[in-house]
Amino acid sequence: MNTLDFDQGNTIIRTKDLSVAYGEKTAVSKISMEIERNTVTAFIGPSGCGKSTFLRSLNRMNDLIPSCRVTGSIEIDGIEINDSNVNIEGLRQLVGMVFQRANPFFKSIYENIALAPRYHGIRSKAELDEIVEQSLRKAALWDEVKDRLKESALALSGGQQQRLCIARAIAMQPSILLLDEPASALDPISTMKVEELISELKDEYTIVIVTHNLHQAARISDKTAFFLMGELIEMNETSILFTSPAQKQTEDYITGKFG
Amino acid sequence: MNRQGSDGMTMIEKNVGRQQHRLARDKSYLQSKLLKPNKKQSLENFFGKAIAMSCAALLLIAVISIIYFIASKGLSTFFVNQVSIVDFLTGLKWDPEGEPALFGAFSFILGSFLVTVLAALVAAPLGIGAAIFMNEIYPTFGKKFVKPVIELLVGIPSVVYGYVGLTVLVPFIRERFEVLGFSLLAGGLVLALMILPTITSVATDAIEAVPQDMRNAARALGATRWQTIWHVVLHGALPGCLTAIVLGMARAFGEALAVQMVIGNTSKLPESIFDPISTLTSAITLNMGNTIQGTAYNNALWSLALLLLLMSLFFIMILRILGRKKLDNR
Repeated sequence: MNTLDFDQGNTIIRTKDLSVAYGEKTAVSKISMEIERNTVTAFIGPSGCGKSTFLRSLNRMNDLIPSCRVTGSIEIDGIEINDSNVNIEGLRQLVGMVFQRANPFFKSIYENIALAPRYHGIRSKAELDEIVEQSLRKAALWDEVKDRLKESALALSGGQQQRLCIARAIAMQPSILLLDEPASALDPISTMKVEELISELKDEYTIVIVTHNLHQAARISDKTAFFLMGELIEMNETSILFTSPAQKQTEDYITGKFG
Repeated sequence: MNRQGSDGMTMIEKNVGRQQHRLARDKSYLQSKLLKPNKKQSLENFFGKAIAMSCAALLLIAVISIIYFIASKGLSTFFVNQVSIVDFLTGLKWDPEGEPALFGAFSFILGSFLVTVLAALVAAPLGIGAAIFMNEIYPTFGKKFVKPVIELLVGIPSVVYGYVGLTVLVPFIRERFEVLGFSLLAGGLVLALMILPTITSVATDAIEAVPQDMRNAARALGATRWQTIWHVVLHGALPGCLTAIVLGMARAFGEALAVQMVIGNTSKLPESIFDPISTLTSAITLNMGNTIQGTAYNNALWSLALLLLLMSLFFIMILRILGRKKLDNR
C-alpha cells in the first residue's frame, strides 16, 4: 500500500512482505514499509491491529515469544536482521525500545542506566558516569535526579520513570528508538514532557512510536502509518494523512467513526 | 416516540408511575432496614467472632506455655543445679553422669551449626539453580515434571532419608575416604536433600514474582538471557531467595531423626567433615529416655531444647526482616 517514493539513501528501515503470526493467528500480514532516518514515524490504529507486533519485530523482541513466527524481510541500513548470523544483542543495542508501562529495574537510578553500557563492554567508571549524565540530560531528567542517583528508581514518579526508561535506551547509543505507547499510562503533564522530549530526540535518532492518541500522532510525527487488522492501510506525511486521507478506512478512523 | 403499551399508557407514564411507587415503598423499606436490628445476623456475628478469637487465644496460650515450660525446665539447670551458663555454652566435656557431672554442650551447638551450614551450602545453589531452570530456562518441562518431583521430596518421612543415608551415604563415605562413615558430611548431605524442596519452591515463587516487564526491559537493552537472569531476575528475587535459604536452615537446624541416624553422635569435637559429631537435636533424642525427671541431667537436656527454641526464634526474626525488605522493594 505504500505509494510514497522515498529517497533511497535516506531510508534506515525497510520491510518487505513482513508477516508475523502467533501460532495460527496472523497478527501482521505482508507489510512493506520504509522509514527515513531522523524522522518520527507514528503507528496508529485500533487495538489488536498489529502495530505493536510490527514494532516488536523491528528489534526481534518477538523472538522471545515461542509461538511467534516472522516471515518476510526487514532491512536495517541494508542488512537483513532476520538472518541467523545477526548478533541479536547488537541489534537491540542499535534499535532501542521503550515499553508502554515504565519498567525500571529494582536498582538505583544510576544502575538502571549503567546496566546496558556495561553489557556492551564499557567498564571504566568515568566513562559510565559520563554516559549516565548525558543520557539523563537528553531525557530531560538530569536536573530532577542529579542529587539522588543512588536512590531506587522505583521512588520516581510514573512520568519520571518513563523518561528514565528512555534515558536507559539512549544510554546504549542506538540509532533507532522504538516507543510502544510510551505515554499511554501517564498524566497530561508527563505526556507533554515525553512528547517534547521525542521532538528533541528526532535530531539524533530515528523514532518509531506506536500511539493510541491521534492528537499525539498529529503533534509529534512526521509520517503516520495507519494499521487495521494486521494490514498497513495507508502511510503518508502526517499533515496529509490527517487532512486528506486517501483511504476510506483511514478517514473513518481519524474522524472517530470507529476504534 | 411514546410507544403505546397494552393498557393505553405511554412508556413514559408507566415509568413515572413505577418510580413514584418505588419512592413511596423505599421510604418505609429503608426505615425498616436501617432502624430494625437483625437478630440472626448479629448472633452469627457474635459467634463467628467468638470462635475466631478462641482459636487465636488457644494458639497463643499453646505457644506461650511451650516457651514457659521449656524455659522453666531449661533454666533450672543454671538456677537450681547451679551449672554455669558460660561452662554450658563453651564447655567441651559432656559427662552428666560423671563425678563431678560436666555439662559442656559446645560440641552439640557446634555440630548443629556445622550440619546446618553445610546443608545450606549444598542445597542453596542446587535449589536456586533448579528454580531458575524451572522458571527461566525450560518452563514447560520444569513446571510439569521437575516441580512435582521436587515437591514429592517434602512428603518423604525423615526416617526414610535417614535410612537411605545410613545404607547408601555412610558406606559410600566409608569406602571412598577410608573413614568411619558416620560423619558431619553424611549429616549435612542428608539434610541438604531434605531442605532442597523447601528452598526450591520458595525460590521459585520469588523468581516468578519478578515482573515479566523486567525481563523484557533487559532483553530490549541487549542483555543475553543469562545476563537477564543474573542481573535482573536474581537481583529482583534476592530477598525471596534469602528467605528460602533461611527457611531451609531453620528446618535443618531442628531436624533430629535423619541426622541422628548418620552423624555418629559423639561429643568429641570433629577435626574434619569426615568425623562424627552430635547435634543439639540428636543429643536430646538419644538421651531423653535415659534420664529421670528433675535431675540435673534431665534439666540439661531441656537447656539444649531451650537453645533450639531460641535459635528458631532467631531464624524467624531473620525471616521477618527479610519479608519487610521484600515489601520495600516493590
